[in-house]
Amino acid sequence: MTRRSWIGWQFVAPFLTVFALVFLAPIAYSLYLSLYRTKLIGGTSFVGLENYSKAVEDPQFWSAVGRVSLFLVVQVPIMLLLALLIALAIDSGRLYGSSFFRISIFLPYAVPAVVATLMWGFMYGSQFGLIRYLNDWLGTTLPDPLAPNLVLAAIGNITTWEFVGYNMIILFAALRIVDPSLYEAAAIDGAGQFRIIRAIKLPALRGPLLITTMFSIIGSFQLFTEPVVLKTIAPNAILTYFTPNYYAWQLSVGGQQFNYSATVAVVMGLLTMLVAYLVQARAVRKAV
Amino acid sequence: MELSRRRLLLGAASSLALLAAGCGSSDDSGDDTKAASTTVSDADVEAALQAGGSITVWAWEPTLTKVVADFQTKYPKVKVNLIKNGSGNDQYTALANAIKAGTGVPDLAQIEYFALPQFALGKSVADLNTFGAKSLDGTFTPGPWSSVHSGDKIYGLPMDSGPMALFYNKEVFDKYGIQVPTTWEEYAAAAEKLHTANPKSWITSDSGDAGFTTSMIWQAGGRPYKVDGTDVTINFDDDGTKKWTGLWQGMIDKKLLAPIPGWSDAWYKGLGDGTIATLVIGAWMPPNLESGVKAASGKWRVAPMPQWASGEKVTSENGGSSLAVTEASQSKTLAYGFMKYATVGDGAQSRTDQGAFPATTAQLNAEAFKSKEFPYLGGQKANEVLAEAANQVATGWSYLPFQVYANSVYNDSVGKAYTGGSTLQDGLKAWQDTSTKYGQEQGFTVK
Repeated sequence: MTRRSWIGWQFVAPFLTVFALVFLAPIAYSLYLSLYRTKLIGGTSFVGLENYSKAVEDPQFWSAVGRVSLFLVVQVPIMLLLALLIALAIDSGRLYGSSFFRISIFLPYAVPAVVATLMWGFMYGSQFGLIRYLNDWLGTTLPDPLAPNLVLAAIGNITTWEFVGYNMIILFAALRIVDPSLYEAAAIDGAGQFRIIRAIKLPALRGPLLITTMFSIIGSFQLFTEPVVLKTIAPNAILTYFTPNYYAWQLSVGGQQFNYSATVAVVMGLLTMLVAYLVQARAVRKAV
Repeated sequence: MELSRRRLLLGAASSLALLAAGCGSSDDSGDDTKAASTTVSDADVEAALQAGGSITVWAWEPTLTKVVADFQTKYPKVKVNLIKNGSGNDQYTALANAIKAGTGVPDLAQIEYFALPQFALGKSVADLNTFGAKSLDGTFTPGPWSSVHSGDKIYGLPMDSGPMALFYNKEVFDKYGIQVPTTWEEYAAAAEKLHTANPKSWITSDSGDAGFTTSMIWQAGGRPYKVDGTDVTINFDDDGTKKWTGLWQGMIDKKLLAPIPGWSDAWYKGLGDGTIATLVIGAWMPPNLESGVKAASGKWRVAPMPQWASGEKVTSENGGSSLAVTEASQSKTLAYGFMKYATVGDGAQSRTDQGAFPATTAQLNAEAFKSKEFPYLGGQKANEVLAEAANQVATGWSYLPFQVYANSVYNDSVGKAYTGGSTLQDGLKAWQDTSTKYGQEQGFTVK
């Protein structure tokens, strides 16, 4: 009986088709593009890995990578810590109107990033925005959040506002599935709230925290919408190589350098995978 | 008209058009075999219009909507699909992509003067000498007419123009006893006087704008770009450039320029409430003020652009666009027919009536045009000033064949001069280096 049954393949075929079409094909095409170079004068030629060696030595690319890395190590811990504290506070059951609190923290996540950035952009305005009104009212000269040295922090504030609620919901959901009998047992043993958090809740959150960290790493490396929207009101603080994604976009849309843009995208994809893998490997080793 | 200049700031582009040349064009349809080889006469164009057909136009210029309607009444057999495919760079990107893909290319596209060389170099747009466009010499004002030329070839017909002038808020000037400056020296003095009298008011705003900078250097006599086919020279170290950077650096150092990016909400607001007292900008500005800055109706006036030496009369162009026939068009003759109607025929008058600033001498010199009173500008006959500016545009300027890219990265280098990390002259040098590097990577010979 060597006849092979294709029934299984038929069942997964719809998925595989879509997967190949929207996932594998674009990656393959990017890889293909990255091996060529097209000039305005001279046309297209095969250049092997030249685009990659160019990327490795490209100061603009690395400055973008450096910027999102800094963003990652500062913004992500702050955001996750906030999300954790809020999730624990809501889960403690000692909060009045906790469901209102939960919804209102989560709500910014439902606001599209473009709208959120426009809104914050208005508040950041030192000519006509909230900052100006604060200055007029308090008689102060607050630093301009859209100045080159502060704009990354300003973006961090926007993304924190946007995503705290999302991460909080993931953590909160994990807390809800903890067996209440554990809390009863702990209470009978005389454990206080903080002891319960340390011994029961935090261990229960290990998995969800890893997931939220992963999402946040990927999100940081893909930072794009906020800087693009802020560019119109902070043209000199947001450079065209502000983040790797912005840079890849500028290369293809501004410079029509599709090949190099694809290269930057591939390198960035690999970097993201590497960092995500390292974080996960470390977390798993700790858990064991 | 609205948006006439916004895309200068957006920076994104389509050098792609250039590579696309090879794949995009084919002249194998009926009326084009002819167009490609022989000269098409006006009679042929008229015959094509009578025979009818369908063409697609990509443009964001709002006054074209009425032109299309009128045109279709006049030539009922011709169907014109007017599509707004984003403005400026968004449209260039879409156009370049369509040309590269070889499908969905429009017959006509609105292309700004600074972006036209890029499309021309890649032969994405057709040489209009085939249609005898040369005979239109003298129909258009010199600035726009030279802008659509590349050597002997003519790649588009001017749709509007933007000779620069000084727009100022008379109310603010009167309040602080400021005379309308006629030279840049007086302008700088006025800037200081105003800002000292009211620290919340500035003579103008600037946070780095490639289109403005190049227009200012143009007026000052600088010619940083020299283009001869694929041989390009970029040099911001000339006297004209230094004249401008000298003036402007002084204004930046003394914080006499409002740090408000052009075309932002804050900018419109500032133009309305006296925060920004003047604008040195293209003649297409009045409709933008009317629609965007309603609060200041009656307060603004127009004066000639300040000069580098008193008594001079030199201006430059700022913005403005052409219509161009794509090389990939299957109906070039028909497209040319519409284009001519829109730019020199009845369409030119219609668009002028709707508020566009004409590039045609007939409209520009018409008595009715010059004597038109602008209620927004306090009843001033602003076109008298603007038409004169159009006749004073300095010659010999050229943009890079990859200007759209260069403009898109302008703030990366020159922007530092505005945030205190560098100077304009150093910033321009860095911009020159970036442009040179890009040009060389793209196969140009750049010096």
